[in-house]
Amino acid sequence: MALLLAGVIGIMVACSAYLLLRGESFPVVLGLTLLSYAANLFLFASGGLALGGAPIIGAPGAGEVDPLPQALVLTAIVIGFGMIAFVLALVLRARGDLGSDRISEGQGRE
Amino acid sequence: MEPGHHWLMLLAAAVLPFAAAPLALYLARWRRGLVAWFAGGVGVVVFTALLTLAPAVVGGASVALDWPWMPSLGLEFSLRLNGLSLLFALLVVGIGLLIFVYTHYYLPADKPAARLYALLLLFMGSMLGIVLSGNLLLLLMFWELTSVSSFLLIGFETARPEARQAARTALIITAGGGLALLAGILMLGQMAGGYSVEQVLGAREVIQAHPLYVPALVLTLLGAFTKSGQVPFHFWLPEAMVAPTPVSAYLHSAAMVKAGVYLLALLFPVLSGTAWWFYLVVGTGLTTLLFAAYIALFKHDLKGLLAYSTVSHLGLVTLLLGFGTPLGAVAGIFHVINHAIFKASLFMAAGIIDHEAGTRDMRILNGLWRFMPYTATLAMISAAAMAGVPLFNGFLSKEMFFAETVHQQWLGALNWLLPLAATAAGAFAVAYSVRFIHDVFFNGSGEHLPKRPHEPPLWMKAPVGVLSTLCLVVGIFPEATVAPLLKGAVQAVLQAPPPEYSLRVWHGFTLPMTMSVLAMAGGVLIYAVRHRLFALHDLYLPEYSATGLFRRGTALLLAGAGAFTRTLDNGALHRYVAALLVTALVLGGSPILDGLVLTFPSLEEVGAGAGVTALLVASGALATAAMHRHRLVAVVALSLVGLGVVLAFAGLSAPDLALTQMAVEIVTTVLFLLVLYFLPQRTAVRASLRRRGLDAGLSLGVGAVAAVLAWEMLNQNGGSGLSDYFRAQSLPASGAENVVNAILVDFRGFDTLGEITVLAVAATATYAALYGLRLNLARADERGRSWSADPHPLVLAMTTRPLLPLAMMVAVYLFLRGHHLPGGGFVAGVITSAALILQYLASGVGWTRQRLRLEYFDVIGGGLLLAVLTGVGAMLGGLPFLTSGAAQLQVPGLGSVKLYSAMAFELGVFCVVVGTVVCILSWLGRLSLEQAGAVLPRQEAE
Repeated sequence: MALLLAGVIGIMVACSAYLLLRGESFPVVLGLTLLSYAANLFLFASGGLALGGAPIIGAPGAGEVDPLPQALVLTAIVIGFGMIAFVLALVLRARGDLGSDRISEGQGRE
Repeated sequence: MEPGHHWLMLLAAAVLPFAAAPLALYLARWRRGLVAWFAGGVGVVVFTALLTLAPAVVGGASVALDWPWMPSLGLEFSLRLNGLSLLFALLVVGIGLLIFVYTHYYLPADKPAARLYALLLLFMGSMLGIVLSGNLLLLLMFWELTSVSSFLLIGFETARPEARQAARTALIITAGGGLALLAGILMLGQMAGGYSVEQVLGAREVIQAHPLYVPALVLTLLGAFTKSGQVPFHFWLPEAMVAPTPVSAYLHSAAMVKAGVYLLALLFPVLSGTAWWFYLVVGTGLTTLLFAAYIALFKHDLKGLLAYSTVSHLGLVTLLLGFGTPLGAVAGIFHVINHAIFKASLFMAAGIIDHEAGTRDMRILNGLWRFMPYTATLAMISAAAMAGVPLFNGFLSKEMFFAETVHQQWLGALNWLLPLAATAAGAFAVAYSVRFIHDVFFNGSGEHLPKRPHEPPLWMKAPVGVLSTLCLVVGIFPEATVAPLLKGAVQAVLQAPPPEYSLRVWHGFTLPMTMSVLAMAGGVLIYAVRHRLFALHDLYLPEYSATGLFRRGTALLLAGAGAFTRTLDNGALHRYVAALLVTALVLGGSPILDGLVLTFPSLEEVGAGAGVTALLVASGALATAAMHRHRLVAVVALSLVGLGVVLAFAGLSAPDLALTQMAVEIVTTVLFLLVLYFLPQRTAVRASLRRRGLDAGLSLGVGAVAAVLAWEMLNQNGGSGLSDYFRAQSLPASGAENVVNAILVDFRGFDTLGEITVLAVAATATYAALYGLRLNLARADERGRSWSADPHPLVLAMTTRPLLPLAMMVAVYLFLRGHHLPGGGFVAGVITSAALILQYLASGVGWTRQRLRLEYFDVIGGGLLLAVLTGVGAMLGGLPFLTSGAAQLQVPGLGSVKLYSAMAFELGVFCVVVGTVVCILSWLGRLSLEQAGAVLPRQEAE
């Protein structure tokens, strides 16, 4: 199970890195979103993996579940949305003001 | 006054100038003349407060005030008034008061008096803060405030480029020194085990034996030397003379430049007495004393002469403190008093001369005696004090200085050098003092001046008169005037009873007396041959310029920084991202190469569910990357990843996360689709194959490192170590069965508060980025099929409306149960937003806003306020910020209901989330409406 999760995180990070290196704004935002998924999973995994439990007092297997990373990731998910929204707003603004969504060499510096 | 109220007077003295500074700005709008009276009044009150405290302090007691501020950092708001601080405080406020009077007559009517007075008051407060601080960290804050107010005052005439230039130089030097001082103070505090002055002063042995003593000493001295204009940091001070003359007189001769000397005196008991102290401080002081005394003679500008003379006298005080002997300290402190008195007076006299004659150039000025005999007399008295003529105050401390140089034994066979150098410096001081008087007031008839001079108004002369009188009174009756103040200050510096010393004018024909006579004679001789010296100086010592060196240095630094930036920032995101990823690769990969052994156990049993989830996420991610040029497809693929993550959370015992991720997934997808509406459907340009290959290689590397790190982390599986605490305390401390929720709203509530603040900021920033945006909207898709003409299909509108109450019910349910079961403010907020957004999408922004009259920012702000107030409520009950409380309520019909204060906090979270999400999405939606030319209802126009 751990190997599987680690592999999946690796694939996500690799794909997001590739997207971040693209020359247009939209794929970069896709990459950023994918990266935040991967980061959340990574952070979540730092608490160890437990199957079929819940961090709720009295629930079966509650003693195995680490609640702290979960709390951290929960807010990270919502903040991630805020961040993506802001970056997308910037993408729109850049397109509106510069007339293009290219962000590679020769763009942005007039 | 009762001794018990002393601290109140002390606090008033420290705070009043700060409170008065902004008021001065307002008063001046009313009437210009008023502001001088006001500032003067403040000065009088503070001076009186200090005087009432003086008797007790001079008697050896000290007045103290201690308020904890950030105890964990060792920072306290603590004020101390002992002999040393009393002396400096009286100088700062007393001379400040005279400056306030002088300024009123000095400043032309077209200059902003209010700003000048406000800044002077600000400076007075900061300087008082330095000398009254009982905590070194607090001292440092005031220290930086003096640098800032000095910057603003030097650049007072903002329209003049040289004023701005000089202000920048002064700020760079003094604030740079402040940084060094910060490091020095931190080291001293660490060694002493605390930052209060008492603690540090009590730790002499520990600090001097510490291996880091020398670095700490050097850093602290850097702070003091830059502030007090010691060579080689002196050049900012003459440059600062572009400031209005009252500023030069106050900050750059009497007060601020004394801050460095004050620091040396304050830390004298801890730092002095070692070889390092002696060589560093004496070396710097001696160089400064000689060098600046020499240069002063060659300055043709009156203020330039006085500036270098100031540097030289500061060097003298530094030198005296460097000796590390009790008598050296006495002489140094005595000279601080004398110098402040005669130099402020001379600066003000120079200001009068400039004002009346229209120039400060001694090559043009002459014969002013005929026009302004009173001013001339006053200036002569002060200049005599500067030269060290008997019966004037400067003489007394200079004699003590000469006597001290004779007694030094540190230099061994070269001991005779010190008295020689002291006499030479004394001769130059006499020479430039004579020049100041003779060149300006005599030496010609005063016919060809730019203006016809006459005596200035009485009240412009009065401050000069007060100080000149003091020069004489202190010079003739030292025992009756400064003796008690000096004794109190010396006691505080030495932390011991003062040594035997005599303030008498006449000690008989001693060696110091001989040195004085030699210096006088030498000085007059130097002045007599000055024209030949000027010629030699110009010939062999071409325009000496530490300033030029500094400018070239800063220019080089800026050019280097520019080149570095241009290399890194070529305008393309690609380069930054690549740099970041390579860094991550190196940092993350190095432990792997560093011999981290990977363990590969036999493949474990993996359930079918887990396998499918992993497959979903991995293929979704790969599809997103592969199809990114078909943007809509990529968004769909990305949402597959999100869905997979939801499943992963659900399977791995994180129901709260699964719920939240699910809800956020919905709004994220809506967000992407809305944005995609304004962007091209495809990415037209394709990077070269080589570039794509390189990118892919780098990405694979980064992915591999991430996978290895994740794998290692999972194998170690230490958990956070805090979990047991949270699990055990959740029910008793927070009353929550859902531990994640307890952490969010109670244990780590402060974090959550920070996070919802971030959300609010994101909403604001998004709003700002989209406000007034105009975009060209595509009317058709890439194949030329036009978009649907009907933006709000009836079927969609009709089916979504009943969904709203249902969704709200789910949200309320999740909200209420959050404390015990998966749910809570975050997820309820996102679900509510999703339901609301659906209405916007299906029925239109106009329709929805007519029915939902809600200002997003009111909701966000209200939510934040509610969350903060909940936390403050706990504080009112004497508990730490955001401690959760519970109350049992009997509600008719429902029976007993337990209410948690955390629920109010959760409601705040809920409001912020709803406000943020709806604000962002509806603005995006509205953008499309505006583009489509739809007429918005009136309230939309805002």
